Amino acid sequence: MSPEFSSTIGLAHWRLGEALRIAIVDDSGLRATVLEDGLREAGYDDIHVVPPHGAFVAKLERMAPDVVLMDLGSPSRDTLEEMLAVSRALARPIAMFVDQSDDMMIGAAIDAGVSAYVVDGLRKERVKPILDLAIRRFNAFAKMQADLDEARTALADRKTIDRAKAILMKTRSLDEPAAYTLLRSTAMNQGRRIVDVAEALITASSLLGGSE
Amino acid sequence: MTPISIAFLPLTDSAVLIAAREKGFAEEAGIALDLVRTTSWATARDRLVYGQVQAAHMLAPLAIAVTLGLSQHPAALAAPFKLNVNGNALAMASDFAAALDPDPVRRLADPIAAAHDFAGAIGLHRRKPVIGIVHRFSCHALMLRYWLATAGVDADRDVTLRVLPPSLMVEAMRAGEIDGFIAGEPWGSVAVAEGLGEIVAAGSRIWQRGVEKVLAFRADWIEAQAETIDRLLPALARAAIWCDDPANHAELAELLERPFYVGRPAAELMPALTGQMVLRHGEPPVTVPDFMLFQREAANFPWRSQALWIYSQLVRWNMAEADEDNERRAADVFRSDIYRRALAGSGLPMPGASMKVEGALSAPTAVGAHEGALTLGPDRFFDGRAFDPQDVTGYLKGLAAIPLD
Repeated sequence: MSPEFSSTIGLAHWRLGEALRIAIVDDSGLRATVLEDGLREAGYDDIHVVPPHGAFVAKLERMAPDVVLMDLGSPSRDTLEEMLAVSRALARPIAMFVDQSDDMMIGAAIDAGVSAYVVDGLRKERVKPILDLAIRRFNAFAKMQADLDEARTALADRKTIDRAKAILMKTRSLDEPAAYTLLRSTAMNQGRRIVDVAEALITASSLLGGSE
Repeated sequence: MTPISIAFLPLTDSAVLIAAREKGFAEEAGIALDLVRTTSWATARDRLVYGQVQAAHMLAPLAIAVTLGLSQHPAALAAPFKLNVNGNALAMASDFAAALDPDPVRRLADPIAAAHDFAGAIGLHRRKPVIGIVHRFSCHALMLRYWLATAGVDADRDVTLRVLPPSLMVEAMRAGEIDGFIAGEPWGSVAVAEGLGEIVAAGSRIWQRGVEKVLAFRADWIEAQAETIDRLLPALARAAIWCDDPANHAELAELLERPFYVGRPAAELMPALTGQMVLRHGEPPVTVPDFMLFQREAANFPWRSQALWIYSQLVRWNMAEADEDNERRAADVFRSDIYRRALAGSGLPMPGASMKVEGALSAPTAVGAHEGALTLGPDRFFDGRAFDPQDVTGYLKGLAAIPLD
């Protein structure tokens, strides 16, 4: 590390016009990729993904990033902060949610689950776009996960309903639309979800020794 | 209903908050308590400092460090209520522990001898021992440093302290990344149950009434919300009474077992609640009196002298500057005045003073109290040294006289 790094002014000179080195500390390979892709598209190309395991702190120390992005939910934040507190390799990086006065940004970052550490003296204008992007990407990833969970649930629900329909078709000699209509009207009358009625029917049928 | 969000970490000493929610104590007080599970102290701190939650389960020294501007964004915090007293254990990997007194009961009973044994074991170990601590600003780390220093061990030189979240300690021990750790329960007991390590020291034997977690608020918020605080703190005190009652320990362990709370089997949570600690895998449990207190002896009362003891340790280990302003601000984090106001008329014994000499009681002692009788248990430090909050400088001078060789 060059000596200029220890002072704010020196840092600004030394880094002026240079690419920022960004480390992404993340357990989720997919989220890290989503974030990394976004940063690359935005023109940052010195990006390193570091999973928070084992000697990750030593790895980060060698890397000497200007910005560290980390999932707020990672249990390893205390480990990282300890490094920031004692490390001589990094020129006293500080935690930031951009600017202390920027409450909107802080709220958005915490909501999105982003924490960021930035080397002391890095100018706000240089960091803000990175954090903005991280927030958007973290949110997009969270939505993607929610959609995926929803799709999985929908698929599982459909399978359950199909099995219940098959039971009704067999035991009541109904065709498929009639079996579905019966499930739906029962659900509506009881104020329950169709999938709940279907599950109850499957359970009851297996208790009664019925085969599907 | 008044909504209040509180961040917590999955530890046995989050029990009072969990009981307040699950056993209806908060609801009875008109408070809709939302508990926000958090897996690092940094995130609990940030959620509190940036206003995402109104309060946080927090390491007492961290609340002071944030106030003094030593841990990221400075913010004035207020701790009007301690969530527990005691509850830590030092677990060392079996290969390291083999060099200590073979009888684990004797190790606990005589912390001074154990510290000297520990010092000897350092040289015998295959590397400089790596000890996991949960945070530099934790009472566990401060007590570990104090205990080791008695035997001439400098924690910054003779061992490597590695910060890890409590929930990752056992895995790190299994992987051989650390040789031991000091953390809140259940993690010491988990290491023993999994046959990885032995409990070689208990917080309650290093300082018999050691300050531990507090409920921390932002100072400006707590001033503005007096009416809510005056309902919340009595509800928490009732929850703490419930947690202390041995008749409720099994039910409490089942609550804590839920994945959203601590998420470990009740059998691993019971030792700390009952003080029946298994020190070495496969051996019968040993009674460790007062392993953890939730309410008795006015455990929740934030003695300003305890905040000052923490300040003295931060100065001792070069984490804070010794100056009058820091000393005053540290003491002011512990808001005994708010505790008094909120619990006035609750019928709970109220200490007459807000400061006391820490470590002065060798036996249960009746002390001056408003509203009922209050008996404080023995609160000695393992080396017999007392801390006079009126003379922090003198205390530090006495400690500096211990050679680190």
